[in-house]
Amino acid sequence: MTAKPKFAMYWAASCGGCEIAVLNIHEKILDVDANFDVVFWPVAMDAKYKDVEAMEDGSILLTLFNGGIRNDENEHIAKLLRKKSKILVAFGSCANEGCIPGLANLSDSREIVHTAFNTISTDNPNQIYPRTAFDVPEGEIHIPNILPVLKTLDQVVDVDYYMPGCPPESHQIAAVIDLVVQVLQGKAELPPKGTVIGAGNSTVCDECKRTRNVKVIKSFERIYNMQIDPALCLLEQGIPCNGPATRSGCNARCPAAGAQCIGCYGPAEGVLDYGARLISAFASVLDAKEPEEIDHILDGLVDPTGQFYRFNLAGSLLKAGVPAWKAESTHEKEKV
Amino acid sequence: MSEKKLERVGVYVCHCGTNIAGTVDVVSLAKWAEEKLKHLGVVVAREYKFMCSSLGQELIEKDIKELGLTRVVVAACSPHLHEKTFRTAAKNAGLNPYLVELASIREQVSWVHTDKAVATEKAKAVVAGAVSRVIENKALEEIKVPINPNTLIVGGGIAGIQAALEIANAGFHVYLVEREPSIGGHMAQFDKTFPTLDCAACILTPRMVEAGTHPNITLLTWSEVVNVSGYVGSFHVTVKKKARFVNEELCTGCAICQEKCPKKVIDDVFEAGLGYRKAIYTPFAQAVPKFPVLDKENCTYFIKGTCKACEKFCPTQAIDFNQQDQYVDLDVGNIILATGYDLFDARRVSNYGYGRLPNVFTNLEFERLSNAAGPTSGNIVLRDGKTTPKSVGIIHCVGSRDKNFNNYCSVICCMQGLKFAHLVHERTGATVYNFYIDMRTAYKAYDEFYQRVLEEGTLFVRGKVAEVTDAARYEHEKGKLIIQVEDTLIGKQRRIPVDMVILSSGLQPRHDAKAVGKQFGISCSTDGWFTEKHPKLDPVATMTEGIYIAGCAQGPKDIPSSVAQGAAASARVLDKILQKEVALEPIKASIDHDKCSGCRICNGLCPFNAIAFIEDDQVSDINPALCQGCGTCVAACPAGAISGTGFSDEQIMAQIDGLLFRNLLPVEA
Repeated sequence: MTAKPKFAMYWAASCGGCEIAVLNIHEKILDVDANFDVVFWPVAMDAKYKDVEAMEDGSILLTLFNGGIRNDENEHIAKLLRKKSKILVAFGSCANEGCIPGLANLSDSREIVHTAFNTISTDNPNQIYPRTAFDVPEGEIHIPNILPVLKTLDQVVDVDYYMPGCPPESHQIAAVIDLVVQVLQGKAELPPKGTVIGAGNSTVCDECKRTRNVKVIKSFERIYNMQIDPALCLLEQGIPCNGPATRSGCNARCPAAGAQCIGCYGPAEGVLDYGARLISAFASVLDAKEPEEIDHILDGLVDPTGQFYRFNLAGSLLKAGVPAWKAESTHEKEKV
Repeated sequence: MSEKKLERVGVYVCHCGTNIAGTVDVVSLAKWAEEKLKHLGVVVAREYKFMCSSLGQELIEKDIKELGLTRVVVAACSPHLHEKTFRTAAKNAGLNPYLVELASIREQVSWVHTDKAVATEKAKAVVAGAVSRVIENKALEEIKVPINPNTLIVGGGIAGIQAALEIANAGFHVYLVEREPSIGGHMAQFDKTFPTLDCAACILTPRMVEAGTHPNITLLTWSEVVNVSGYVGSFHVTVKKKARFVNEELCTGCAICQEKCPKKVIDDVFEAGLGYRKAIYTPFAQAVPKFPVLDKENCTYFIKGTCKACEKFCPTQAIDFNQQDQYVDLDVGNIILATGYDLFDARRVSNYGYGRLPNVFTNLEFERLSNAAGPTSGNIVLRDGKTTPKSVGIIHCVGSRDKNFNNYCSVICCMQGLKFAHLVHERTGATVYNFYIDMRTAYKAYDEFYQRVLEEGTLFVRGKVAEVTDAARYEHEKGKLIIQVEDTLIGKQRRIPVDMVILSSGLQPRHDAKAVGKQFGISCSTDGWFTEKHPKLDPVATMTEGIYIAGCAQGPKDIPSSVAQGAAASARVLDKILQKEVALEPIKASIDHDKCSGCRICNGLCPFNAIAFIEDDQVSDINPALCQGCGTCVAACPAGAISGTGFSDEQIMAQIDGLLFRNLLPVEA
């Protein structure tokens, strides 16, 4: 029996939705098992880091890495899996562009810890904060250090392919697995390194069935506040839909259901900064000339960062807010 | 990226005499570029006194040929000035001209800094940016388009008439569009012109007649441009010919209709409200064309359904009450905008009392009062129509050089005020006071005129008038208008009682100048005047190819300057016509149809109407002939499907990397 190629999947700073999306490919999961030897997948099977460390470099054929790099454990495993894997895929929005955990890049890491352990919803009368190292009779024990900013996978290691989505659509995962299996059987070739796989090359609008006209935005509305025309482009109805800037691949599921695209598939091919693109697009079609009118319309966007950078903050040109950058220069490891 | 073959870049640092070399260490800048930018492909960096000189250009050309340069960066002045010079030099040496970049180390560095060390550091950053960018530049080819020899001129004042005659005399066709019933503009309203005191009508009307009868000029009066599309060489223009209710084929201009029309209307336009016209009228006797216009709002027939006196008496049955507005489509290659000015509304300076105090007049009212063909046959009288004033105050700079209204100088008011002083003096013998801030009598024979008026005994008070009032404090002020002013030459407040006040109101951009500018794709200054391509070297061209400006539309000016600009604009148009075709800058936007998903955000944005939506493919598309490369759509496209040649993301990001020294080799500690 010839050895099957090895497969790994890892979660760093993420929610676990990507793992569920993989399982959601139903019986296709059997193809994974049939074609691969799953060597490391913490959410699905028991494994130890030292086992991975012991593997030969480049011995894992395919690693799907989801989650952003939030702490030094994430960083260590990212570097480790890079070394051990032939093909490393940034899987899902967090690994690609930071996603929701990346929004924490607006605050410095101490502020984040403080919020977690000292808000009014937290019962912490003795002001106990976690320490990253602690002496016990058996020796010193550690928990991971939080990094000043959350980084995307390719800000830490070299990435071969990118698979966007929060999470990636199951049919897209299935298609990618099909492709890899065909490559293994010599029936297909891998795309060039750096390619975005499991997604389209245009935007969500391309897959959206709604009618589009020349755009003019008179005001921004929220969906719970209005009667939505089921056939007309949401943006034209004043709903801040991110579809025009978001990579296609999801079959425009949200707009089809009457909810605006919030941009989980990330920037379209060739876009440097997702939020900047959207801001300039929205601003271009505001139906106003006077500064006060413009301000009034823009006030309709209640959470600009959440609107324009919900998924892409860590992967944007700016990458983080000022407090997080400041933290980088003053960061020191917490001492016992 | 790493396998990319290095370009061979030449860097040329210009001293610009001491303009740059005085503030930037040009020698060390060139040396630095040769050493520190070597890894980017810089193979040579030189400095020279004047790169734009023929010797400087030869230096570059020689290097291109001998060193096989594939990219050139000239660190010198702004691209506005010499980009073309160096592109041509590159072209002469066989290098595509678009592979040349200018690094502006004069306007953006030496002229705005004083610290030499800091300025030199900044110059390095600018040069590193330009080198990084030029590597990403692509060879581009110019686009040639044919020039339609017809020209549209908007505005039939003296500037527009002059331009029309020049082009028509050269043998090319002109469409002259005028909003009012007659050409002639403001000049037709004046009595005398300064400083020669020529009769305005005597010198203007022959030009008007010439324009009206010229075989190469089509007059479209009582008309307005409603739509413009296209680009230099091939504009499509739609002109709305407002219904005159007079058949121009039949009308002989006999004016019987005007004589017989029973309805008198105050003429607010031509007579500045001082006189009357009929409901069917020509604004003045020498109007061109001779056909009258029927004013529907005031016509008894249109209001009550009966009258038709004009129709009854017209010997040629030329009156046509059923006439409709017509839309005329024109194809032209070039457009001159000579749309003139509006007079500043003197009511806005409420302390001068215009509109409240009857014997306060505006300059235009005075022009009509003193005009022999005007409502008083040239008698200068008070508002009652009979009393000759014994003393007259003329206030300069009304609405001009005033932070509350317009900051700029309206140019003509000083000379106009002097002309008024002379006319009042000559015709009434009244005592005349001129109130001025500074007397500005530049240009030929102007100051001599000032001397003459001084000798005539006109009194000059240097000071900005605070108030004109009829509230008398002393016996001798009763029944008079009192001018309260600080006489800055004697340092005292004065109250000067007069019978009549004339306000020398300034000039303002046309109330609709912004909209007209937008229609023709040109911009206005913050004051609202049309913006010229270069304030000194290209005053009649605009940033939009094929659109020229002349006369007061560009800024306040006197008649000789307006005429000169009209002629200058026509010379530019003739130059274009005679070239038969024009090379357009290949800086264009284009849409990648694979990336475009037809969101239609760009569709309404193009100022040149170059973007169309293709229904069948559900994508947007740009017509390269219409695109002017402004970049609006490139910035707006959320999908990154639109790119602009010459301004690609790669070029801009590379330039930023260079500016931030991010792509320098690590410097040794």
